[in-house]
Amino acid sequence: MSKIHITTTVNGDPAEFLASPGMTLLDALRDELGLTGAKEGCGSGDCGACSVMLDGRLVCSCLVLAPEVEGCRVETIEGMAQGGQLHPLQQKFLEHAALQCGFCTPGLLVAAKALLDAHPDPTEVEARYWLAGNLCRCTGYDKIIRAVMDAAAELRQERAA
Amino acid sequence: MSETLDKPAALNVVGTRPIRPDGADKVTGRATYGADYNMPGQLVGRILRSPHAHARIVSIDTTRARALPGVKAVVTSADFPDLASEMHDGGEAASNLRDLSLNVLARGKVLYDGHAVAAVAAVSAAVAEEALSRIKVIYETLPHVIDVEPAMSPDAPVLHDYMFTEGLETPPTTASNIAKRHKSERGDVDAAFAAADVIVEDRYTTQAVHQGYIEPQACVAAWAEDGRCEVWSSSQGQFMVRTYCAKILGLEISDIRVTPAEIGGGFGGKTTVYLEPIALALSRASGHPVKMVMTREDVFRATGPTSGAVMHVKLGAMSDGTITAATVELKFQAGAFPGSPVGAACMTALACYDIANFTIVGWDVVTNTPKTAAYRAPGAPIAAFAVESAVDDLARKLGMDPIALREKNAVRDGTKAAYGPTFANIGYVETLAAIRDSDHYKSPLKPNQGRGVAVGFWFNIGGESTAAIHISEDGSAAVVTGNPDIGGSRASMAMMAAETLGVPVERVRPMIGDTASIGYSMLTGGSRTTFATGMAVVQAAEKIILDLRQRTAKLWDVSVDHVVWRMGQAECIDPAKPEKKPMTLAALAAQSGRTGGPISAQVTLNAQGAGPGFAVHVCDLEVDPETGHTSIVRYTAAQDVGRAIHPSYVEGQIQGGVAQGVGWALNEAYIFDRDGRMENAGFLDYRMPVASDLPMLDTIMIEVPNPRHPFGAKGVGEVPIVPPLAAVANAMRGAIGVRMSSLPLSPPAVLAALDGKG
Amino acid sequence: MPELAYLAPSSPEEAARALALAGSRPLSGGTDLLVQLRAGRVKPGVIVDLKKITGAMGVREEAGGFVIGAATSGAVLGEHAGLVRAWPGVVEGANLIGSTQVQGRASLGGNLCNGSPAADGVPALIAARATCVIVGPNGRREAPVESVVTGPGKTSLALGEFVLEFRLPPRPARASDAYLRLIPRTEMDIAVAGVGVNLVLDSAGVVTHAHVAIGAVAPTALLVADAGAALVGGKLDDARLAALEAAVRAACKPISDKRGTAEYRTKIAGVLARRAALIAYDRAGA
Repeated sequence: MSKIHITTTVNGDPAEFLASPGMTLLDALRDELGLTGAKEGCGSGDCGACSVMLDGRLVCSCLVLAPEVEGCRVETIEGMAQGGQLHPLQQKFLEHAALQCGFCTPGLLVAAKALLDAHPDPTEVEARYWLAGNLCRCTGYDKIIRAVMDAAAELRQERAA
Repeated sequence: MSETLDKPAALNVVGTRPIRPDGADKVTGRATYGADYNMPGQLVGRILRSPHAHARIVSIDTTRARALPGVKAVVTSADFPDLASEMHDGGEAASNLRDLSLNVLARGKVLYDGHAVAAVAAVSAAVAEEALSRIKVIYETLPHVIDVEPAMSPDAPVLHDYMFTEGLETPPTTASNIAKRHKSERGDVDAAFAAADVIVEDRYTTQAVHQGYIEPQACVAAWAEDGRCEVWSSSQGQFMVRTYCAKILGLEISDIRVTPAEIGGGFGGKTTVYLEPIALALSRASGHPVKMVMTREDVFRATGPTSGAVMHVKLGAMSDGTITAATVELKFQAGAFPGSPVGAACMTALACYDIANFTIVGWDVVTNTPKTAAYRAPGAPIAAFAVESAVDDLARKLGMDPIALREKNAVRDGTKAAYGPTFANIGYVETLAAIRDSDHYKSPLKPNQGRGVAVGFWFNIGGESTAAIHISEDGSAAVVTGNPDIGGSRASMAMMAAETLGVPVERVRPMIGDTASIGYSMLTGGSRTTFATGMAVVQAAEKIILDLRQRTAKLWDVSVDHVVWRMGQAECIDPAKPEKKPMTLAALAAQSGRTGGPISAQVTLNAQGAGPGFAVHVCDLEVDPETGHTSIVRYTAAQDVGRAIHPSYVEGQIQGGVAQGVGWALNEAYIFDRDGRMENAGFLDYRMPVASDLPMLDTIMIEVPNPRHPFGAKGVGEVPIVPPLAAVANAMRGAIGVRMSSLPLSPPAVLAALDGKG
Repeated sequence: MPELAYLAPSSPEEAARALALAGSRPLSGGTDLLVQLRAGRVKPGVIVDLKKITGAMGVREEAGGFVIGAATSGAVLGEHAGLVRAWPGVVEGANLIGSTQVQGRASLGGNLCNGSPAADGVPALIAARATCVIVGPNGRREAPVESVVTGPGKTSLALGEFVLEFRLPPRPARASDAYLRLIPRTEMDIAVAGVGVNLVLDSAGVVTHAHVAIGAVAPTALLVADAGAALVGGKLDDARLAALEAAVRAACKPISDKRGTAEYRTKIAGVLARRAALIAYDRAGA
């Protein structure tokens, strides 16, 4: 099977890999680039555990073909903490105990960051609908939503300062 | 040991909310789950699954698969020993090893859609999948049966011609699908019903539901030429995986080393093996490590859901609300092999009630559906759905407040439980009172809204655990246990160690050992880890303290009785030696080489006296009367938690159980087509709650300490899933004025109930 | 094993040539195609990515109406203020497809051509009287949206043809639309029934034009002429709304399946039609 050479940017760094035409972005990240933070919970776009940003849009990486990301910008959970500092969302997830098993957590964090980048002051209902594509079976979402709302407030304060 | 411990006047760590020790790894994507691990040279393993619900396997021809370049191994049940029937006590529940083996790979017959038939290992997923398509299996399809009552019928297709019902007064002479009858009784039920002022009764049904963990089962297995095997897998117990692999493959336990990966949820569903024995067999056959990961479809079709059930409950009461009589009959789908949780369902069904006369009968029935596996308080939510719905109807018929009725009949310390033992140190009535007195319970409802109350019970267990503590030369502590951390237990282990040692929790690093580096521990399940393994951790810390006091006594040349351990340091209380300054753990660790070598302790125990859990929930929901669509608008869960070690994770357990229970009540269900194939084997149509389906889930923690645990902990993880099914159904009764006795309460069902009201 | 190729043509003509190849399959957002690929339900030899084609992406205003590139994601549609103002129902239909993640990819073109009877993006497009510009080896043609899907998973597109863009007609004053669907949860489900309603009012609030389309209650989404006619000529009083409900229910030919019974689907289609009509009416009058 002839593979395609893909050149892309992952978390700000140039990245190259070979992909078979039917390979998903999720498999490319995990198997070709060694970035296993994005998880496969379903492979059908129903759980959100594989969420990444593609050219600034939140997507399920299991629903993107690797060849589609040629020349694109990909951001994953591995790029979220910067300079040894957790992102405020990551910090708030820890403070609020917004994770139990932690398997859905990378996807939820990527999705929550996309929410706050687009809507810095979401209502609880908006946050719940935005995150409806990220299944969590452990927490009942309560502490996740609290963490997201708290992080939003902190980020707004940081921006105002 | 506790007499050697100078207990701090107040707790410094237990009851606080520190950041979990594995937190940074889990918010950055670094934590390594089952599918995140790879071995050099590994192959991809794939499983061929039955497309039939029930069929005889006439032949399996793997020739064309083996001939495909890149295929390194093909295995079927012929590559596994044909085990005799033998029960193995895995901890939370016993398993029959033969059934376990037959479930891992079918032999002679397939018993459900998705049953594994053969497996291949190949150099890539594409080659492995192509190989599966080249395996030719000839089936002779057989009539199948999915639902429990048809499976009990005398003319039902029989799954196992060697199975004869256990537990009957007269042993049967013909095989049937009824594996076992459970029965318990007290008093004179007939007389009590005859004397009752009020009687309610109804028939209730629930459907099979899945644990729904987000991480599919995954493992990597490597067989070495010397026969030593390594398994890396995501499970609720590495020792369970080791034992089952050894038994299923006929290996020595000592030849298998299992390393627990981070586990992406289990809820009981990862208390057994599916992939690991196959991966090992493929590795043995190919000479390469083999990685296997389930698809979500595999998870639904082939891993344990819990039972669907048909139940009948009848209650009799006097006009003052005293419940005097109860009959409960529970018929549970076991799936392809015996072992539904109907036994536990029978034991828990009336556990919250002090009733003088009752009969409880349970039926364990095999069906052409995936073998059921444990699911959070196995069996109890199903029984509670029926009993708590009936109690709600009884309250309505008596004109009593539903909490007042439950308070009137509540078990208390000293009550002999329906399942046998006498309760002590339980916090049930306190929990009832907490809901009764809550703002939620007193708040008004809006139109189309209803409120439901339900209660729940779960035993909680203790069991065998090992813990080791190693003090580093800087005085920090490594705490090693044998229990996978499924929901934050590392945090509670570290906290209990820190509390006991008197050091900051950040100085404690909790770890989970593989089967070769820590002693045996029963799996993480039964809400046992914080209780039992936590007790081992505390005792290991106490052992360390005794060691430190002895070392200090030598250094100071005083009696060990004159050295006390307080706030993380040794203090001299010998009046003759007032000059001795306290020595910190770090100071003592630094000179451990001169006082006897490294400081380390291990404790093994078989913990008894786990305090049972009681939960009382109140749910408000709103129904759209034109569509039957339901929204949960408010939910409060109160629970006796003994003592919350890390309150946030206790709240999290309660909230998670509520969410699963709400999903079970409203939308989740296995759906089978006419051929017995699962129609909704994916997250799109197996509808678990999403974030927008739920409100905030309020919790009230009642702390009635468990005297058997050093800090009073009781198991907390399971009982929160027990009340929600009935709490939702009772709220629905309030909202629409109709009793819905079949789950799920999906919009079409609700609208049909509304229309039927007339 | 079959070889798979990935092509990303930049012109419609090139795409039409690629799609004429044996075993080719168009890819827009991929939110249906990748699921089908993984499940083995489709085994294409060539995947033709339409997202690099000029014209297939983005929203533009032309001749007083809107042109929507067929491969444009739902998220982009939702961010286009002008489109949302003129056709809120079309946009809410598109925006109900899947999660936020799916919105980052899923397109109206893909939603239509996948051929699902329950496609959320389609009823409002039909009610809007939108047309598709279809490109194929023999050039371009324009066809009403409702003519594309002929049955579950089936379309009237000829070999090599694909939908390049949707054209929405110019919008008069006092006109609006709405789309409602019912699902068991609040998100992430396939519609059990869906209804799009498109209304034009006169200055007195009398409905002058009305179009109603239904989804998930027949083998394809349907334009229900009687339902539209029931609303024309007056305000939305109880009698007209009752006639609307009756016309919608009469048009339903649903199946019973794991997502809902035929009886249930039919019943709520009427409820959704009435509610969507009231929303569209409010919007049009605002």
